[in-house]
Amino acid sequence: MTDTKPRVPTPTPSPTGTAPVPRLVSVTGLGERDPRARRRRSLRDNLEGWAFVAPALVIILGLSLFPAVWAFLLSMQEWDGFSEPVNVGFDNYAAMATDGDLQSALVHTLVYTALFVPTSVLLGLFLAVALNRRIRFIGLYRTAIFVPFVASAAATGILTTYLFSPQFGLLNQILEFFRLPAQGWLEDPNQSMVVITIMSLWGQAAFTTVIYLAALQDIPADLLEAARIDGANPWQVFWHVVFPQLAPVTVFATIWQIIQAIQLFDLVYTTTRGGPLGATETIVYYLWDAAFKKLDFGYGSAVAYGLFAVTLLITIGVTIYSRRSNVRAF
Amino acid sequence: MSVATRQPATKERARAHRRPSAWHLVLAPVAIIFAIPFVQMFLTSVTPAADINKFPRDFFPSTLTLDGYFALFRESEILLWLGNTAIVSAIAILSHIVLCSLAGYGFARLTFRGRTFGFLAIIGTIMIPTQLLMIPTYILFSRVGLIDSLGAAIVPWLASAFGIFLMRQFFISLPAELEEAALIDGCTRLQVFFRIILPLAKPAIATLAIFTLLGSWNDLVWPLIAINNDQSFTLQLGITNFQGARRTEWSLLMAGNVVATLPLILFFLFAQKQFIATMSFSGLKG
Repeated sequence: MTDTKPRVPTPTPSPTGTAPVPRLVSVTGLGERDPRARRRRSLRDNLEGWAFVAPALVIILGLSLFPAVWAFLLSMQEWDGFSEPVNVGFDNYAAMATDGDLQSALVHTLVYTALFVPTSVLLGLFLAVALNRRIRFIGLYRTAIFVPFVASAAATGILTTYLFSPQFGLLNQILEFFRLPAQGWLEDPNQSMVVITIMSLWGQAAFTTVIYLAALQDIPADLLEAARIDGANPWQVFWHVVFPQLAPVTVFATIWQIIQAIQLFDLVYTTTRGGPLGATETIVYYLWDAAFKKLDFGYGSAVAYGLFAVTLLITIGVTIYSRRSNVRAF
Repeated sequence: MSVATRQPATKERARAHRRPSAWHLVLAPVAIIFAIPFVQMFLTSVTPAADINKFPRDFFPSTLTLDGYFALFRESEILLWLGNTAIVSAIAILSHIVLCSLAGYGFARLTFRGRTFGFLAIIGTIMIPTQLLMIPTYILFSRVGLIDSLGAAIVPWLASAFGIFLMRQFFISLPAELEEAALIDGCTRLQVFFRIILPLAKPAIATLAIFTLLGSWNDLVWPLIAINNDQSFTLQLGITNFQGARRTEWSLLMAGNVVATLPLILFFLFAQKQFIATMSFSGLKG
């Protein structure tokens, strides 16, 4: 990944870079002719290295790799957490194929993904282009658009139910002002997912905007200058020069937002709790409900593995597709 | 990162001074729309209850009142929840800084057997979605007696693969001459790390701290699963539960929302540049 790599603040680079600097071991180990001393030295190096990384390593692997394996074992069982677990082989996975509720949860998740991913990428691109200029108040505009990024799902949920309240919400008041009919919003099964998408965009537009903004500023100015001299109008410059330069960011943002969208849970929990009439029940909401409300740990784990597989396939798919089109995001 | 400081072509800048840009017509409405939810949150928290149920309601309240806040502090444990979240975030940030920097430094600079394998194992865990880990982690935590205690919210935030990756990338970019000189002068590795390396790593540590603060402060899913006892509620869990119980008391709910969000908003306003750097590092949220 070239344009999309994490933007870690870098220190003043040394003129030599890091490559030609002699390795530390050779500095201190120089002249140790005695093989026993050298072995002692390498043992000390190993212990020292592991002492640095072990605390974090143990926590991270203990809380991810170990539970991931355990989840797979759980997915082969029927277990409510209290009684004896029963081994059922792949029955849980087979049951997923005929589970109507899971299939509708899948459909709702896909609807949300289809709504959220393109809009968040396009909105980010649009806002980045708009914000990438030195004009008056630009700092103010930027702050207003970026600050919702700190809003939690809990806070966003409360704000959503308030702003979109059918009885007194601001949105219906605006409609009223224009003499338009009031809408049900979160209480309407056809609109609730759209409302959730809008508020997700409010909270997360900053992310796609920031990565596009960074990429825009990396585009060499003489490239744009050359296009202008060749007589391209601003619109042509954007689509034929700027947009292709942003392709790696677009791929990265798309993959990232797909992964986020597929995992939608908390904004659903804080707004509709899956309603109305199950219209916003997503896969993760269904998973949470199966595992922690119905205490079906085995089936919940199987659904989680299914979700993992789908996420992985989509990520690999998008990556391969973009490699074919000669765009490297990673 | 220099999103905020770098400038587009100078020609454009010169032009901007001559006449107001047409982009104001786009940006001003967008900025207002983005600002409205937070503005409504603050206004509603100081609006008298009688004003809220009026339709059509005025955008600005007729009188300002702190009744919502008084009711909030009287009728909920919000200060306790705020304290709980502050504890969780403080421990998370401190632990992230120490453990992820140590590990990041180890993976970047020290040579030892299994280094590549260990690093790849950690990076590999980024692929594992949290949903997969919820059930076994819940079972694990209930076996060791962490469920329903604040510890359940803290332990998953002690270190992260992202943090290690971030710090390693930073340390790799540091020139090695400084440490070598100190080592030859007889400092131990740990002394070098704490006296020379960490002070140089301030920008990366700021990113790491903000990343951890945002994640741990706003986390809802995991506390929702792991904590059922309202003495150990985090702020997010507390206001979400409160929302279910007090559906119509909007000034009180919004006061709770302000308490939960204002610290991060203020922090954002003061450290906007660092926040933006963190944002582009990861879109992690919720």
